[in-house]
Amino acid sequence: MAAVVAPSFEEYAGGTVARAQVGLWRDGFRRLRRNRLALAALIYLAVLLLVAVVAVFWTPYNPATILPNVLTYLGPSAAHPLGTDELGRDLLSRMMQGAQISLIVGVGTSAIVLTVGVTVGLVAGYFRGWIDNVISVFINVFYGIPGILVAIILYLVLGRGLGNIMIAISATAWMDMARLVRGQAFSIREREYIEAARASGAKSGKILFGHILPNALGPIIVQATFVIPIAILTEAFLSYLGLGIPEPLASWGSIASEGYAALPLEPYMMLWPALALSITLLAFNFLGDGLRDAFDPRQRR
Amino acid sequence: MTAPVLDVRNLSTHFFTDDGEVKAVRNVSFSVAPGETLGIVGESGCGKSVTAMSVLGLVQRPGKVVNGEIMYKGRDLLKLTKEELRAIRGRDIAMIFQDPLSSLNPVLKVGYQIEEAMHAHDKIANADIENRTIDLLKQVRVSDPTRRVNDFPHQFSGGMRQRAMIAMGLSNKPDLLIADEPTTALDVTVQAQILELLRDLNEQTGAAIILITHNLGVVAGLCKRVLVMYAGEIVEEGTVEQIFEAPQHPYTWSLLRSVPRIDANRGHRLLSIEGLPPDLIALPDGCKFNPRCPFRIERCFSESPPIEQVAPAQHAACWVTMQKAYADMGAGTITDTSPGAASGVHPRRRQPLATVAEAADVPAVLAEPEPVAEPVND
Repeated sequence: MAAVVAPSFEEYAGGTVARAQVGLWRDGFRRLRRNRLALAALIYLAVLLLVAVVAVFWTPYNPATILPNVLTYLGPSAAHPLGTDELGRDLLSRMMQGAQISLIVGVGTSAIVLTVGVTVGLVAGYFRGWIDNVISVFINVFYGIPGILVAIILYLVLGRGLGNIMIAISATAWMDMARLVRGQAFSIREREYIEAARASGAKSGKILFGHILPNALGPIIVQATFVIPIAILTEAFLSYLGLGIPEPLASWGSIASEGYAALPLEPYMMLWPALALSITLLAFNFLGDGLRDAFDPRQRR
Repeated sequence: MTAPVLDVRNLSTHFFTDDGEVKAVRNVSFSVAPGETLGIVGESGCGKSVTAMSVLGLVQRPGKVVNGEIMYKGRDLLKLTKEELRAIRGRDIAMIFQDPLSSLNPVLKVGYQIEEAMHAHDKIANADIENRTIDLLKQVRVSDPTRRVNDFPHQFSGGMRQRAMIAMGLSNKPDLLIADEPTTALDVTVQAQILELLRDLNEQTGAAIILITHNLGVVAGLCKRVLVMYAGEIVEEGTVEQIFEAPQHPYTWSLLRSVPRIDANRGHRLLSIEGLPPDLIALPDGCKFNPRCPFRIERCFSESPPIEQVAPAQHAACWVTMQKAYADMGAGTITDTSPGAASGVHPRRRQPLATVAEAADVPAVLAEPEPVAEPVND
């Protein structure tokens, strides 16, 4: 073990100054970079995003076309790296489209949750009183109902479609966000700078979004990251049940469902979506954990 | 005399807690003339800050202004709507707070926060705001303001943050600036600079200043008139000379006696006021200072003394003082004299405790056992 050398005054002072100069964000990202797991997750997700973007312009085959002269339930081959499905469609193309759908649903849901959850949470936490009571009671009542059940019913009522699936999942997912933001707003509103802003005549909207929100951004980003895998999983689950996005669009859930039926014949068709889902969900969770560690002030060393 | 910029009449603010009704401010009346510097002193929890918060309508639940009038330019602030009051806050009456470290939003640039204070009101034209921000920082003597506007609060030292707060308070050219313990969190040398700055700004801008502090040295250095508060009431009011040289209320006298003097005899123990301030839920009968007062008489236990004139421009709420004052003025005397009067000499018969000039020289921070903020290079 190396001998411990006390820092010189200059080093010590320099270190303190340097540390004070580093902003919250840079500091957080520096810690995130040190977290190997989160970094690996970030790289994987970047690749996945690239695949999804590429899929907008190009896939090896049209994912919806039943290819002529191609066998169904084909195993991996040079022409079809992941094989073909029960109708003879190229699985790689369908998986790429599935990645696209998953990311759109994940990020889209997260955006809805952010907008609704943050606004409701800020209003409840800042104004307190009856408005907070109404919101809190509402959340507490609906918190007990399983989100998946609400999502299924709402989705059936709204009708099929990519937008509707996001709305159906958000219907319950916003409540966690609202609770978190409410708690943050509750504590931040007591800070002296909020009082100072109020004393300088700032309007309520300005205080909410200009003063409280920026100070709660860390936990909000972490929570928004955790919403993405939940949304992806819910979408896959709905598609697996056959309630998901309409055919012929491919979702990892619907591919898995078709693969399950063909499991004795062709195990690969089940394997690809299961792998893709597991790794993607893990990656988002690792990233969320990494972000939480990086931005949670209690974890700061 | 010109019309006062602020006229507070019989203000009472209570807090409705689970333990009972905390009567934090009771029947407080005072006025501030344009350009005047008024000090409000008293120990922690005596209602100084709550008075200021009441003026700006910033008292939060469970607190509530239960009585009184706060007249600003002929309008009662207590009768305005929230929006009307918001329009006055920061524009006509500005406030700066005790702890400049926590009064600035840590995630927003200093310049942005000052600009924001101007954007909240339409008093300053939008085109001028950016330049005015730099001018303001220059005015409060922040060096290199063009670069500093882009700094975050943590890049400012304690004194500079308070300067930025003052710049923010003055940004809309208010008629009245309420400074709530503006120097308490700062070290002594920076304290002196901030006070000097406030004094200069008062002369330059003509904005009246209400300075709230528990530090008598700070009051002596800045204010022309002083209110002394105890347990939620004003117990004495007078010019700064009167308060320091001829205090008429035993509480004021005790406060002054407990200021450490640089010229005091080394062997002398620093005197403190015995006992604790009363519980604001269960106040004592009669004069609220009676449990701690060395001069109390029988009457002090049963009747609360009203605040009355005891000398030109000086008012106090003390039976003993009033009795003496009436006698001096040749008016009728109050007969129930001193069966309970404790030992000690009444302030009125004493030599002046300190002159204003002396008090201002006192290293006032010594009176404060509170830790001093981080060292700053201001």
